[in-house]
Amino acid sequence: MAEPPVVEVRRISKHFGEGPARVDALREVSLDVFPGTVIGLRGPSGSGKSTLLNVVGCILEPNSGTMRLNGELVYDGKWLRADLRGLRLEKIGFIFQSHNLLPFLNAWENIAVARILAGAGAAQAKGRALELLTYLGIERRQDAMPGELSGGEAQRVAIARALANDPRIILADEPTAALDSPRAAAVMDLLRKVATERRTAVIVVTHDEKIFDRFDHIYSLRDGALEPTRASAA
Amino acid sequence: MKAGLPAVTAGREVNLALKDIRHNLGRFLLTCLGLSLLLGIVLAMVGIYRGLIEESLGLVRAAGGQVWVVEGGTRGPFAEASRLPGDTRIAIAAQWGVAAAGGVSYQNVEAQLRGQTKRLLVVGAQIARPGEARLVDEGRPIIRSRYEAVVDRGAGLVLGEQIKLGRDTFTVVGLTSNLVASGGDPVIFITLRDAQKLQFDLTPAASRRESVRSSGTAGTTDTVNAILVRLMPGVDAKRFAQDITRWKHLAALTQEDQETVLARSVIDRARRQIGLFTTLLLTVSTVIIGLIIYTMTIDKKKAIATLKLIGAPDRRIVGLIVEQALAMGIISFVAGVALINAGQGYFPRRVLLELTDAAMLFAVVLVACLVASALGVRTALRIDPASALAG
Ligand SMILES: Nc1ncnc2c1ncn2[C@@H]1O[C@H](COP(=O)(O)OP(=O)(O)O)[C@@H](O)[C@H]1O
Ligand SMILES: [Mg+2]
Repeated sequence: MAEPPVVEVRRISKHFGEGPARVDALREVSLDVFPGTVIGLRGPSGSGKSTLLNVVGCILEPNSGTMRLNGELVYDGKWLRADLRGLRLEKIGFIFQSHNLLPFLNAWENIAVARILAGAGAAQAKGRALELLTYLGIERRQDAMPGELSGGEAQRVAIARALANDPRIILADEPTAALDSPRAAAVMDLLRKVATERRTAVIVVTHDEKIFDRFDHIYSLRDGALEPTRASAA
Repeated sequence: MKAGLPAVTAGREVNLALKDIRHNLGRFLLTCLGLSLLLGIVLAMVGIYRGLIEESLGLVRAAGGQVWVVEGGTRGPFAEASRLPGDTRIAIAAQWGVAAAGGVSYQNVEAQLRGQTKRLLVVGAQIARPGEARLVDEGRPIIRSRYEAVVDRGAGLVLGEQIKLGRDTFTVVGLTSNLVASGGDPVIFITLRDAQKLQFDLTPAASRRESVRSSGTAGTTDTVNAILVRLMPGVDAKRFAQDITRWKHLAALTQEDQETVLARSVIDRARRQIGLFTTLLLTVSTVIIGLIIYTMTIDKKKAIATLKLIGAPDRRIVGLIVEQALAMGIISFVAGVALINAGQGYFPRRVLLELTDAAMLFAVVLVACLVASALGVRTALRIDPASALAG
């Protein structure tokens, strides 16, 4: 890999609570994710997968360690950037287990809103939204409200929203948990396509064994610590 | 395939506040309906208050004078009893700067109008002098010195009709509109001479003898309640009034003073009551807006967390909530205004909607919306973006 990693996590620790109630959710975790790769995070419930994803997503402040995103040092014992939301808006796309589409916006508006938040005009944002819907093969559902979409369709709209601002990193927390096998496979194919075509780094939290073979690497978490990695079949 | 696509509305703004309102349209509009009723009541009360002022000032304004000369030490017939000898008019008319002066009298009487007892305010005024009914909108002003009357439409009489006051019968020769006493009684104009005779006729015989004895002016009934003065162009009314007040037994008010006196005495209490109710209703409106906006915010918790997670700055979130509160206030206000305009004819008293009052209330409503959105804003700002990820 000649390219530098997009995500560089070094000895990141995070605990909740103090004293006897203290839970060490992450213990000195180090991790690199390179452009164009899709990596998996697995581990039993409570092992710290979501916590790691939230730290990388700059939603949760760790207690120690360092983190670089897209080459920029964003955490070194403390946040180094005041405008974390701006960072998220421009660099990170989020995909959730439940799609988390805004219920009062239709499909294209849900995508366009991310663009508008980043400063785009309404017409430009709509153009981008339709382009992404076409890219993901659901352009005919552009005017449907989230309640009218099937689980697979909603998840694709959510992926489109995550892609709206051409992020360098996509973070997906169990994106296939609510989907059946063929649809889960389709979503994973899409993420793979995005990573390959847009050189995006994709981190997917999952304990869905059916899709383990679709990652470039799978990292296993246990009690907040990374276990030795293994390359996937691909 | 393509033909089935809904029309693309390019460039349409994605306003989160309005989109969310549309998503919950029923509840939102119902709240607006309730609020519009409250704001409508506020507007009606303010309008009735303005109507009261307008009605009571109408008479004073219609008189067409610039200075009111009244009994010394009083604030004129609209505030207290004011009596002065009728011949004072001649002395006043002779003053430098006076274009015209007319004696006027006011008395409340009960009269039989088409078999019904009605209260009237009888205004005695001199023909072609300040104080006469100038603005006759049907018929003509009084031109004969005896037994003619100009009556306000509020009395329900028509031209040519006869009306008995005291021992005399008067013929209606002209009609005015919107001339009522501060209590709402319609006004009837007759000549000063007729009015003085009516006063005499209606006074019981015993007290008539008493007043003749005490005043020493045997048989004199020539008193007026005020003398209305019209000044020549360029003469300062305030200055003139000050000069007259230096005379013994006399006081003088400018038209402006007179209106202030009237507005104060008649309207002060109404103002306080209406002010209290208005404050109460606006407070209730603010609480309602606050609660609805708060509930709408709670319902949007996950959406707000998602917006924050994606990277929406706080001002966007605050804007979303404040815009909804403002939309609620503006829609309700407009509906309230429409409601009052539609129902204006059904109020028992005159409702006078003034633009400045409406603008003031609008500003107050906007401020109330901002206050009301505070709770929702506070809640929204506390929502943790990470909560969007859970479940
Ligand atoms: N906000 C929090 N407060 C306290 N404890 C938490 C919080 N979030 C996570 N934890 C704890 O941290 C540990 C790791 O949680 P999490 O990262 O959600 O695990 P996973 O996603 O792998 O199931 C768990 O023991 C959990 O109870
Ligand atoms: Mg989790």
